[in-house]
Amino acid sequence: MSGWLTALAAIVLREAARFIHQRGRFLAALVRPLVWLVVFAAGFRAALGLSIIPPYQTYITYEVYILPGLCGMILLFNGMQSSLSLVYDQEMGSMRLLLTSPLPRWWLLLSKLLAGVAVAVLQVYVFLAIAAFMDITLPLAGYVLVLPALVLGGLMLGALGLLISSTITQLENFAGVMNFVIFPMFFLSTALYPLWKMAESSELLRDICAVNPFTHVVELIRFALYGQIAPWSLLWVLLGLAVFFVAALWGYDPARGMMGRKARRG
Amino acid sequence: MSALTVTELSYRYGATHALSDVSFSLPEGQFCALLGPNGAGKSTLFALLTRLFVAPRGRIEIAGHDMSRHPRRALARMGVVFQQPTLDLEMTVAGNMRYFAALHGMSGRQAQGRIDAALDRLGMAERANEKARNLNGGHRRRMEIARALIHEPAVLLLDEPTVGLDTAARRAITAHVHGLAAEGLTVFWATHLVDEIASGDEVVILHRGRIMAQDRAAVLADGGDLTEVFMNMTAPLAVPG
Repeated sequence: MSGWLTALAAIVLREAARFIHQRGRFLAALVRPLVWLVVFAAGFRAALGLSIIPPYQTYITYEVYILPGLCGMILLFNGMQSSLSLVYDQEMGSMRLLLTSPLPRWWLLLSKLLAGVAVAVLQVYVFLAIAAFMDITLPLAGYVLVLPALVLGGLMLGALGLLISSTITQLENFAGVMNFVIFPMFFLSTALYPLWKMAESSELLRDICAVNPFTHVVELIRFALYGQIAPWSLLWVLLGLAVFFVAALWGYDPARGMMGRKARRG
Repeated sequence: MSALTVTELSYRYGATHALSDVSFSLPEGQFCALLGPNGAGKSTLFALLTRLFVAPRGRIEIAGHDMSRHPRRALARMGVVFQQPTLDLEMTVAGNMRYFAALHGMSGRQAQGRIDAALDRLGMAERANEKARNLNGGHRRRMEIARALIHEPAVLLLDEPTVGLDTAARRAITAHVHGLAAEGLTVFWATHLVDEIASGDEVVILHRGRIMAQDRAAVLADGGDLTEVFMNMTAPLAVPG
């Protein structure tokens, strides 16, 4: 068992070192949500009236509302980023190095997933610290209580990224993922507007938002920040994690031939 | 017991047969070359040997462990140098080695001892703290070979390891690996270059997914030139019409 943990630690440390090394990526990962917080929220707070909805107990500013959504955005981008780096690893061969390890493949992929989540959660905390500095604060306990929600949400989105990486055969296809996964997932969720606001414009939109797994990542984070559990969202996130991870394992299963089909094209 | 035995292995991509009924066995402690022109099926064979994917039919045994029944035991006994470089260029030589050791569940003093020994064996000990990016192509390859030996495998697989190297580096790497075989390591070296094969080496010739011949290089050459024999054996067939 200690051999398993040795491998996990090495994979996590490598991911962290890689991330710190790419200063541009670190900066971009922080600037993106901050731009939303400063520019977008400032423009929208005048246009959008928010009523009191759980978990909030008073009127809140729009900045406070979108804070959990932007935490989710960091997790989402990181999940897709690690998916991109997995596809890159496949083209570069370092994925093959990983897969010839004598440890079980599911453990190696789970380690990869945990490594991505560790880096993502770190970014969320830096983002929350900057937000606090801008006077957008949360209950103190919320900063601790949100950790499990961030880890679960990050795992689910990371597993989705892993699944996508098992199906993409070429790096160039990745732009498509941006358009067809990240943007719809983000915009058709409760990250920017609550569900009832969506319902005002279209019932269909609301229903799409309600089944979007990203919505439940955001809600899980939102409630956790105020010391509450959103049971329905928790269930959705766990279900999404299980489905995406099992499907990703299936994609990486040597007997299924997904890798074989890729190799043929390569 | 052979370090590597392949029995009736077949694989196809859709309707295209990449490997047809491939069987061979490597003699232990020998340099064995897998010789074949481009497109012969060498890469497919390597992908199956390293379990990137598995064949529906046929058997692969590494040091007596069946790859389909005990994949983890088989992988643990195998060292691989891939055709594509797989170094993390931002890490030091030692860092890359430690990462690999960890993937095999080794850490601490045990890993360090093995890493030092492997680097020493390839004459790379004094480069341990250099960044991989600062090494030239030949040294990067040498480092990958050293890395593949950390877990003391029973067989070392190399997939066209001299691709992209200059003549001097190519000779040096080829000589080094022949040296490892002379020390008793079983080596399986894929190539399409006849000049990388010594007369005492075992040679498996693969063409269009089939084994054409297996014997000592000197026996195959039969007093003549191995290149000629290889060219004749793999000459494109005249296509009617």
